[in-house]
Amino acid sequence: MMLSLRDTELEDAERAIRGVADPEIPVITIDDLGVIRDVERADVDGRPGLRVTITPTYSGCPAMHAMEEGVREAAERHGIPVDVVTRLSPAWTTEWMSEEGRTKLRRFGIAPPTGDRAHGPVPVGLQMRVVRCPHCGSDDTEEVARFGSTACKALRRCRECREPFDEFKTI
Amino acid sequence: MSDQHHVDYLLGLGDDALIYAQRLGGWLTHAPQIEEDMALGNVGLDLIGQARALLTRAGEVEAADPVRDEDDLAMLRDEREFRNVQLVEQPRGDFAHEMARLLWFSSYQCELYAALLTSGDETLAAIAAKAVKEVEYHRDHATQWVLRLGDGTPESHERMQQGLVAVHPFVAELGEDHDAARWASEQGIGVLPSTLTEAVNASVGQVLERATLTMPDPPRWYARGGREGIHSEVMGYLLAEMQHLARSHPGATW
Repeated sequence: MMLSLRDTELEDAERAIRGVADPEIPVITIDDLGVIRDVERADVDGRPGLRVTITPTYSGCPAMHAMEEGVREAAERHGIPVDVVTRLSPAWTTEWMSEEGRTKLRRFGIAPPTGDRAHGPVPVGLQMRVVRCPHCGSDDTEEVARFGSTACKALRRCRECREPFDEFKTI
Repeated sequence: MSDQHHVDYLLGLGDDALIYAQRLGGWLTHAPQIEEDMALGNVGLDLIGQARALLTRAGEVEAADPVRDEDDLAMLRDEREFRNVQLVEQPRGDFAHEMARLLWFSSYQCELYAALLTSGDETLAAIAAKAVKEVEYHRDHATQWVLRLGDGTPESHERMQQGLVAVHPFVAELGEDHDAARWASEQGIGVLPSTLTEAVNASVGQVLERATLTMPDPPRWYARGGREGIHSEVMGYLLAEMQHLARSHPGATW
């Protein structure tokens, strides 16, 4: 099928929208986060445009507003009218974060959410959750504060390399 | 006027979250350590988020002309129109007092939002699904501190026990039924507060036992009337501070 000029324009705009950076953690995009649930073609005030459906991470996350603005700006840059819809249900979970997003977080020094089990042998203990140090890879880490610099993060420290680091909380 | 009950029920939930968030915000720079400034600020932030969604929904259901949005409802209502329980409006005491209040309130919210997952008001069910994970985290935080203080030094144990005694007269109101809740529960939209009491008491009781603390004796008086707009004296001062900017500079943005 031949793509009309309009199709390419919409695709470019969609790519730009999915590429909007998280305002708090600029190394990942809102698409990596799983905040964007849907991008579809829609009539926006009688013009062909995009309807973007987003799901908030935390109820009170101040970054949500910035993310929504980011989506609008990205669409505007491409001259595409956009309609941003917020969908609450189903509730956002860290399981929606992409593998690529997790890798980017780790490289940035933030331990990604850990739904996953440890990959190798771990010390036997009561703590079931293994949080790996993003700096040295050790599983021997401890929680310093349950509430970190943003709603989505906790503060931990590595017992092996002694570095403190943020952990993206699993919800 | 059945819809007014729906609005009042949502306002009760939203106002509890909003007013407690305002009180928790008062801890910033006053907590015993900087991590706790962050923690109480973060708990308040979650509650503000819940309040925004709940008040927005209340405005939608009310469908006034023009529709009152979250800001109108938070900033332009007077004391008698607020539907929160008196527990959340009480001024901040010492840190142990706050942990006692947070333990009770978050335990109540855990049971509440879990029950609202099946609400016939789909927006309310969606808000509850998001909020339930947040308040479990709040309860866990309060639990850690109550254990630490209760099972700590004689001084920390004593002050934790005093905190529990101080908040006890305000706890019963969380489980008190009122007209809006009765209506909401009959409609399958809300939950009757008294049906949560047993689970909340059990959950708090378990923590107190592990913390070597004792459940205070039944108080000789208890607070009531918040759901009908009857508040304690401190509420007027709280609103004066919270609403001052919005009322002095209507529509201000920055």
